[in-house]
Amino acid sequence: MASSSVKSAFKDGVRDGAPFILVLVPFATLFGVLATEAGLNVFETVAFSVVVIAGAAQFTALQLMNENAPTFVVLASALAVNLRMAMYSASLTPHLGAAPLWQRAIAAYFTVDQSYAVSITKFEAEPAMTVHQKMAYFAGVVTPVCPLWWIFTAVGALIGEAIPASFALDFAVPITFLAIIAPALRTRAHISAALTAAALSLLLVNIPYNLGILLAGIGGMMVGARIEKSTEAKAEATS
Amino acid sequence: MIDRTELWIVIIGLGIGSFALRFAFTGLVGDRQLPPWLLRHLRYTAVGILPALIAPAVLWPAATNGEYDIPRLTAAAVTLALGIFVKNVVGSIISGVATLYLMQFLLN
Repeated sequence: MASSSVKSAFKDGVRDGAPFILVLVPFATLFGVLATEAGLNVFETVAFSVVVIAGAAQFTALQLMNENAPTFVVLASALAVNLRMAMYSASLTPHLGAAPLWQRAIAAYFTVDQSYAVSITKFEAEPAMTVHQKMAYFAGVVTPVCPLWWIFTAVGALIGEAIPASFALDFAVPITFLAIIAPALRTRAHISAALTAAALSLLLVNIPYNLGILLAGIGGMMVGARIEKSTEAKAEATS
Repeated sequence: MIDRTELWIVIIGLGIGSFALRFAFTGLVGDRQLPPWLLRHLRYTAVGILPALIAPAVLWPAATNGEYDIPRLTAAAVTLALGIFVKNVVGSIISGVATLYLMQFLLN
């Protein structure tokens, strides 16, 4: 029955999203702590997380405001950090595009690194899923992830004291992303795309507003697409 | 001290801008067919953007003022290796964090 398979897709999503609680909780708490240290009150700090709901961009904006950067620079830099969301949106479109507009609008708000990465891996592994199941799965992934982002921002703001630097919370994000991306390195095209992107990103690290990250990512995507195409052409030639 | 007006301009501007970026394709393109060359590129979005985002953070962490840091590098290597060979996300994350703390403990 269709409704039961939608329900089980939601449950699968919750199960696959749950592990990220481990990294989101410290990361959200850290944002709360740093925001209060920068002089924001609890309401302002939580509003920041609810309205923007993007960790890396929030940290960027906070740091630049602390350095008294002009408002325009703060916005431009933080949005540049978030430009990858447009790519996530494009990448999800073939899977979620057929859903009703209101669902797509809600999904857009909840498009974050974790919900995107987990969902796209699932959608590509199981192309037979219907759009209902895919949307339910996406909602499932979001459920344990996003509310905790809000809640633990508030906790951090209320604790209000610095977490010792030896906890190395800065590294929670790289470790999460490595763990997410590693299983996706299935083919030569995927591996080459990832290596190219990483190498380019290191070369372009001095480009302002984090635009190097975006250029490096596009470079990686071009290499992946190129190799996929030539692999297909070879497979056709030999068959 | 952060100026209150500036703060709210940033929060609201960033909120609207981020939503626009997230809604750009899922919302506006919908189920119209995207060209095959674009779809081919989009399949590599995750393996392109995420490594680009973390590579500098792994090699030159801001927390150490950009100096490479052996505990962080080891933790990253362990996480990546386990992720590739064991394909278990939670297991890789926990092992990576454990490696980070262990190496910090051993080297300090």
